[in-house]
Amino acid sequence: MSAVAITVSPPGLLEQVAAVARRSATRTLRQRALLIFPMLFPLILFAINGSALNAATKIPGFPAPTYRDFLLAFPFMQGALFIAVTAGVDIARDIESGYFNRLALTPLRGEAMLIGQLGGAFVTAISQSIVYLLVGIATGVPIKSGVPGAFVLLILATLIAFAFANIGALLALRTGTGEAVQALFPLLFVTLFLSSSSLPRNLIKATWFRDIATYNPVSYLVEGMRSLIIKGWDGQALYLGFGFAIVIGAIALTLASRAMRTRLVRT
Amino acid sequence: MRRFWSVTRAVAWRSVHNTLVSPAILLPSLIFPLFFLVAFAGGLSRISDVPNFDYGPGYTSFQFVFVFLQSAAFGGVFTGFAVARDFDSGFARRLMLSAPRRSGIIAGYALGALGRWVVTGTVVTIAAVIAGMNVDGNGVQLVGLVGLGLMMNFAAALWACGLAMFLRTEQAGALIQMPVFVAMFLAPVYVPLPLLTGWIHDVARYNPVTKALEAGRGLLAGSPVEVGVAFLALAVAASVLTVFARGGLRSAERAG
Repeated sequence: MSAVAITVSPPGLLEQVAAVARRSATRTLRQRALLIFPMLFPLILFAINGSALNAATKIPGFPAPTYRDFLLAFPFMQGALFIAVTAGVDIARDIESGYFNRLALTPLRGEAMLIGQLGGAFVTAISQSIVYLLVGIATGVPIKSGVPGAFVLLILATLIAFAFANIGALLALRTGTGEAVQALFPLLFVTLFLSSSSLPRNLIKATWFRDIATYNPVSYLVEGMRSLIIKGWDGQALYLGFGFAIVIGAIALTLASRAMRTRLVRT
Repeated sequence: MRRFWSVTRAVAWRSVHNTLVSPAILLPSLIFPLFFLVAFAGGLSRISDVPNFDYGPGYTSFQFVFVFLQSAAFGGVFTGFAVARDFDSGFARRLMLSAPRRSGIIAGYALGALGRWVVTGTVVTIAAVIAGMNVDGNGVQLVGLVGLGLMMNFAAALWACGLAMFLRTEQAGALIQMPVFVAMFLAPVYVPLPLLTGWIHDVARYNPVTKALEAGRGLLAGSPVEVGVAFLALAVAASVLTVFARGGLRSAERAG
């Protein structure tokens, strides 16, 4: 009787990513509270500030007829920050519960674990971007760049959210606890408020604030999205918006990959 | 009464001690008001150029009153988080078993909220003075402004403690925070009430926080506006919320 050798080829990187991403996306979809709160909170602020700051449109040179038009980019950006925290907390929970350690015992590659883990963040990013866009349109915000611009806005918003999800992943992999990721959230939030999210940079009166906003990459992310809503097709704003989103995402992903390798070595 | 005060003192001391020795608890309650002050007073100061915006001491002072009262309210809210955490860890149940007068627990947490706000309120005030805040009100008027903050802190603490005792889980955090946050922002935060338009003007007119905010701004500017009405509104809110907090305590007692 001869022995039969059975060789099983390991799944490719894409299959590995898909498997981990499926789990991450399913977990996100099952936890509706995690989906709804981060989606709702920016909309509440949009509704309140959209009316409360309408007086700002009387400032000479204000670029939109209503403050709501100007503000619509804000929920997309704020939603991206929430995604960073949600993605980070999800990964931290997997580290704390020992799920990462168990995964590390399998032939799964580190890159697949990382990118797959962000699958849930990707689902949230797409869903919330669509909701924000629809709410904007429903409340009478005209998208100056038309239907193609609305699609570009969705792509840019998803890209930004994914870039910030990588920052969340990096924080989780470096600290290993959900509490630490949550504690760093205010710092991410500060970057949004110290940007041109509330007024155009040329209308910010305090010089020190205008300088911070100019050096703050979040200003360019917001301005890229906002240009599609209130200006139409502004090549420079889009170039800077997409450029910063890609650069932030790439840096965060590279650092997160390194942190993942370190964590797997520790395991 | 002596047993009530002994419970109150013990709970308050623990609450203040935990806040001061744990940066993870203290820093968020310090950072948020500071960053609102920076973002609003710095980033939105151009709003004061809007026609009919008429507030003598300037935009930093205008925003300071909001941030000052908001820090007071959030001093209460963050104490609610601590109550919820105490229930999650099992400490609150042991406390209820050992306390001879349980109403002292609510009073202790409320006193702890006040202690927490003393720290954040002082830091926010110093930051605003450094940022160039003008103060036109006299000493008595400034005491009035602090009094509004105390009432706001007390009312928010009662709300947060009551809800935390009803729900008894840290997951209640968003539910504790959100109504306070929304109530604060449904007041004339960025411009005076007459400059608000649309639905937010109607809502802000009937929001009790608006009364406190306008009275506070009037006191800081040295020209008080409806201060009595503001104190009355906050006193009514505190009375209603005392009943609510006692209901929360009873609910926690029933749950064991």
